[in-house]
Amino acid sequence: MSERVFEGLATVSQQPQRGMVTLRGDLSAAKFKKAVAGVSGLDVPGMGACVAGDARTVAWMSPDELLLMGPHESVGEDVTALEKALKGTHHLVQDVSDARAIYRIEGAACRDVVAKLCPVDLAPDAFGPGKFRRTRIAQVACAFWMPDEASFELVAFTSVADYVWGVLNTAADPGSAVGHFA
Amino acid sequence: MSTRLATGGRLIDRSKPVSFSFNGKKLKGVAGDTLSSALLANDQMLMGRSFKYHRPRSVVTSDGSEPNALFNLGREGTFEPNARGTVTELFDGLEAESQNHFPSLEFDVGAINTKLSRFLPAGFYYKMFIHPRPFWKHIYEPFIRKSAGLGKAPKARDVDTYEHFYAFCDLLIVGGGIAGLEAALEAGAAGLDVVLFEQTAHWGGRAPVDGAVIDGKQADAWVADALTQLDAMPNVKCRARTMGAGVYDHGYAIGYERLSDHAPGEDGPRHRLWRIRAKHIVTATGSIERPLSFAGNDVPGVVLASAARDYVVNWGVSLGDRTVVVTNNDDAYRTAIALKEAGLNVPVIIDARAGGGGSLAERAVAMGIRVENGKGIAKVKGGKRVTGVEICAQAGEGAALEEIACDVVAMSGGWSPVVHLWSHCGGKLSWDETHAMFKPDPVRGPIGADGKAFVTTAGAASGAMGTGDVLADAQAQAALAVKAVGGKPKTAKAAVVEEAEAAAMEPVWMMPQGASYKLRSKAWLDFQNDVKVSDVQLAAQEGFESVEHAKRYTTLGMATDQGKLSNINGLAVLAKELGTDIPSVGTTTFRPPYTPISMGAIAGEARGDIFQPLRKTPMHGWHDENGAHWEPVGHWRRPYCFLRDEESVEEAVNREVKNTRQALGLLDASTLGKVIVTGPDAGKFLDMMYTNMMSNLKVGRCRYGLMCSENGFLSDDGVVARIDEDTWLCHTTTGGADRIHGHMEEWLQTEWWDWKVYTANVTEQYAQVAVVGPNARKVLEKLGGMDVSAETLPFMAWADGTIGGFDCRAYRISFSGELSYEIAVPAAQGRAFWDALLEAGAEFGVMPYGTEALHIMRAEKGFIMIGDETDGTVIPQDLGLNWAISKKKEDFLGKRAQERMHMVSEDRWKLVGLETLDGSVIPDGAYAVGEGVNANGQRNMQGRVTSTYYSPTLDRGIAMGLIHKGPDRMGETVTFPKVDGGEVKAKIVSPIFYDPEGEKQNV
Repeated sequence: MSERVFEGLATVSQQPQRGMVTLRGDLSAAKFKKAVAGVSGLDVPGMGACVAGDARTVAWMSPDELLLMGPHESVGEDVTALEKALKGTHHLVQDVSDARAIYRIEGAACRDVVAKLCPVDLAPDAFGPGKFRRTRIAQVACAFWMPDEASFELVAFTSVADYVWGVLNTAADPGSAVGHFA
Repeated sequence: MSTRLATGGRLIDRSKPVSFSFNGKKLKGVAGDTLSSALLANDQMLMGRSFKYHRPRSVVTSDGSEPNALFNLGREGTFEPNARGTVTELFDGLEAESQNHFPSLEFDVGAINTKLSRFLPAGFYYKMFIHPRPFWKHIYEPFIRKSAGLGKAPKARDVDTYEHFYAFCDLLIVGGGIAGLEAALEAGAAGLDVVLFEQTAHWGGRAPVDGAVIDGKQADAWVADALTQLDAMPNVKCRARTMGAGVYDHGYAIGYERLSDHAPGEDGPRHRLWRIRAKHIVTATGSIERPLSFAGNDVPGVVLASAARDYVVNWGVSLGDRTVVVTNNDDAYRTAIALKEAGLNVPVIIDARAGGGGSLAERAVAMGIRVENGKGIAKVKGGKRVTGVEICAQAGEGAALEEIACDVVAMSGGWSPVVHLWSHCGGKLSWDETHAMFKPDPVRGPIGADGKAFVTTAGAASGAMGTGDVLADAQAQAALAVKAVGGKPKTAKAAVVEEAEAAAMEPVWMMPQGASYKLRSKAWLDFQNDVKVSDVQLAAQEGFESVEHAKRYTTLGMATDQGKLSNINGLAVLAKELGTDIPSVGTTTFRPPYTPISMGAIAGEARGDIFQPLRKTPMHGWHDENGAHWEPVGHWRRPYCFLRDEESVEEAVNREVKNTRQALGLLDASTLGKVIVTGPDAGKFLDMMYTNMMSNLKVGRCRYGLMCSENGFLSDDGVVARIDEDTWLCHTTTGGADRIHGHMEEWLQTEWWDWKVYTANVTEQYAQVAVVGPNARKVLEKLGGMDVSAETLPFMAWADGTIGGFDCRAYRISFSGELSYEIAVPAAQGRAFWDALLEAGAEFGVMPYGTEALHIMRAEKGFIMIGDETDGTVIPQDLGLNWAISKKKEDFLGKRAQERMHMVSEDRWKLVGLETLDGSVIPDGAYAVGEGVNANGQRNMQGRVTSTYYSPTLDRGIAMGLIHKGPDRMGETVTFPKVDGGEVKAKIVSPIFYDPEGEKQNV
C-alpha cells in the first residue's frame, strides 16, 4: 500500500509495511515466554499492554494471542524462530504483515483526532504509551498504541486501507478542532 | 407593535448590525439576536401558521421549548426545515421562510379550517377517512399530505460536514445555569473529571434575567466568576452551544454541539455529536413555564411571562406597548416589574389567586401597577394580533367584567422542572402538590449496572424554586454525585441569596375554571398541533382514558416540540375529565432527543466516499483501470465483468465465459475467506464443523466441504486444504469469511473450550488468482518455477513453491469445470503477480473474468452457490449433496437436525437442472406452478428457480431450481409463469449441463 501524508489537526501518515506476526499459545508458559524473548528480547505484555524494544514491539491481543511487530525484512526469520522455539507445544504462528495497513497520527491534537473515530477513553491517565487497544475506527476493526505522548500508531486491515485513510483525513480536517485533550 | 427599545439587551451588541431576510423581505437585526428577537424588533410578530387550522402564530417562548416559531432556513444545500427561531442565532445573510402557509403567511386559504374546527375534532382523521378503504390511498391521504406538514423536506445534498466525538468522564453535567455551574464548581473542586454542557451560547440560564443576587453579586457577575474558576480547573471542560440530548443505559449520554449554525461557512463541521460515557450524570436542566388555558391563548402576542421579560432584558425588544400579565404564581410579577422598568405600560396584572401574591406583588403595586386578584381572562380579542382581553372572575364561567385594551398578554401557569433527561432511562417522577408539578423522585432514579442511580438532578430540575434553593440543591446533589463516583466532596460555603418572599402558587388548569364549551374550544393546549382543551375532554369522553392513548388520539404532544408546554396542562385536563387526580393519570413517556437533532449529526463522518467501508483487493486498482463493471459483494467491490470498447455487459460476460472455456481466464479470487485452523484437536474440530470428514484428509490434498448451522441448514461451503499434521486451511465464501471465523471461535470458546485448536483469519494476507482454462498450465509453466504437472500436482492437490519468482501456494481446484489453479501469493505481491500472469498469458489468449462469468461457469457445471441455491431453509440433502455428508461420523453440527421428520420428508423441494423447451432464459426468482389452489385461493406452487442464466457455452438458457420431489421426476415438464403474463416451460434434467464426466478439469 502506498505511503502518504496528510497535514491537518494532526499529521496523519500511512506507514511502510512492517513485519507482523500473530502468535497464539499459552501466554503464561515458560516455553512461550522464552520463544517471545528469543525473537524480540521482550517480556510477554499484560492485558491491554504492549512492550517495545529497539527493533520489535509485542502487543497483547487476547488472553491467548500476541502480535509481534518488527522489521518487514526479518519477518520470515521471526516466524521460523518462533515455530522452532514452540515446537511440541500447542501454538499458532502466522505472518500477517500483508493483511495490515499501518498509520501514524502525530501532533498535539492526536488524541482529539482519534477520539472522533474510536470509542475509547483517551484521557492521558486512561491511555498512553505502553497501552494497546483493539477497537474499531469508524466502521472497521483496528488496534492502536502510542509510541510516545504525542503520537498514535494504528493498524487496520489492508482491504479497507483507503477507507481508514479517508476517515482519518476527515477527522484531522484543520477546521474541526475539538480542544478536548489539546 | 413590537419594536427594539432604545436601551437594554444584555446579549446584544447594537454596534454590529446584521442583515437577514424573512419570506424574501430584507430586515436588520444586531449581533446577539435570535431570529425571533430580530423579527420582533422588526414588528414581524406573525411567524407561521399552525399545523391543523392554519391559525396565525407567533412566538410563545424565548427558548428551546418553542412550539410556534418554526422556519425553513437557508436554501439548497443548507436548507433546514422546522428550525426554532428562538434558538436560531442570527447571522449576516440568514434566510428564513415561514412554514405551513399557502399562498402567503398573511393570507392563508388553509385558515378556513379554523372556521370548520367544530367539524375537525380530535380523532377526526381516524373517524372520517378510514372508510371506504380505497378512498384513503387515493383521495384522503394525498389531500392531507398537501394540507399538513410543517417544514419541507430538504431536496439538495447537504453541503455541511458533521462528526462524532467519544468522551469519557466522571461526571457529565447538563445545563449551564447557576445550578449546573455550582455543581461543576463543587465536583471540579473535588477533583472529578467533569464535562459541562450548556445548550445556548450563554451561561447562567434565567438567573441574570430574573435579577438574582448571589453572595452580594448580580447574577451576571457571579456567573462570570464561576466560569473563571472553572476555566482554571484542568479537570473541568465546559462547552456552550451543546445540548444534552439523551441519556441511555450505563451512563451513556448524547450531546449535540452546534458549531457553526451561528456562523455558517466557517471551516469545520456544522454539528458534533458527543457520545459520552459518564460514571455519573447531573441534569441541571432548569424548568419550563406553563401556559394558561384561556380562550384565544394562541393569538400572536400571547406569550409566556418569562419570554416577555427575556425579550426585554436579553435583547432589548418589546413585544408591545401594553402588556397584560396573567398568572397563578409570583414569578410573573417579575415580568410586570421588568416591563415597567423598561418604560412599558402594564395596564393590569390578573392574578387568578383570590389571595394574590407576596412581596413581588407588593412591589408591583408600589410601582403603580393595577393588580386584580381572583380574576382570569375570559377571552383574548384579536386575530393576527392581540387587541385586548376580557377579564372575568376565575371562579366563574367567563362573563366579561371588563375589557382591557392591550397588545401583549404575558401568561404564567407555574413552572415544570425539565425532567426529560432524568426520565429517558427510567427515572421516576412524583407529584408535588405545593407547586403543582411533576418532579424527579430522588429515590427512584435511573439505575446503572451497580444497582444505583446514575443520574442526579440539580437546581430547578429537582423542583427547587428560588435562587437560594436552587444553589443549595445544586451543591447538595453535586456532593452526592461526587460520592457516587468515589470522590470526596469539598463542601464549599453555602451561597447567601437575597430572595423575595413568595406566596404559594395555585394550580389553574382552565381559565376561568367553569369556562363554557365555546371558550374551551378556543383554549389551546398544544399550539403546534392545534389541540384544545375541548379535544382532550372529547378523547376522555370517548374512552381514551390512558394518557398514551389520549395523546395519540388527539395528537397532544406529538409535534416537533414533543409537548414541552402542553404536557402537564393536557393531562391535568384529562385527569379532571376522568374524575381522578393528576398523578394517577401520569405522564407520557419522555424519549430522547430532548429537542430535535440533525440527521447529519447522527450520521457523523459517514457520507460520500466514507459512507461505508469499501473493501478492495490488491488488484482493485487494475480492475478499476480496465473497465471493471463493479458489483458489491458484502463490503467488497468485485468486477462483475470487464467491459471492452463498446460492448454491452452481456456481451462482455459471454466473451469472458467463452474465452475461459477455450483459452485462458484469470479471476481475482482474493476475497474468498481463508481461515487457518491448527492444533492437536483441529481435525476433531473440523469434523464437527463440516458435514464431511476432514480429519482423514491427507497432507497436501484438498476437499470440498459443507458447513451447516446446528439447525441443519447449509451455511457455507469451500475447499479445505490440509497443510500439515495439525493444520488445515479452510476456504469460505467471500461474504462468509468473518462470519465463519466467528462461528468457529464461538464454538471453540463456548462449547469446546478445552479442545486444543487455534484459528486465524488470514483472508487478507493473501492475494489469490484463479488461473483457468485449457491454457492454464501453459502460462504457469512459462512463468516457471514449481512443477504444476498433472503428475506432481493432480486435481485436488496443493503445493508450496514459486511461480515466476513469486512465493506461492498453488491449489489444483476448479469451480468452473476447466483445468484450473488457484494461486495464493502474499497480498503485497498480488498486483505484481497479476501483471505477470497477464503478460505471460498474452500469447495464450488471457482475459480476466468477473463474477458473472464465474457464476455462469459454475452453473453450467451444476455447482451450487451459497445464497443462490441456499437461503437459510435449505439442507445439503435438498441439493443432492449427500455425498458430502459423512455417514461414518458420530456427530457434526446439523446432523441431529437433519434427521428430523420434516428434513427427511419425501416432499421436500430438491435441486434439479431446468432446460427450457424453447431455449429461453427463465426469469430470476420464477416459481413453478402446480395444480389447484391453496387455502388462500392462491395457485399452488411446486418449486422455484434458484439460478438462471444464458449459457454462452451451450447457447441456450440453463437453470437450477428446487422442485417438489425433483430428482424423481427427470424428464417431466414444469411451467414458470412470467411477470409479463407469459410462461416458460422447462424440462427437469440433471443440474450438470457441461462435461458431466469431469474430463476437462482433470487433465
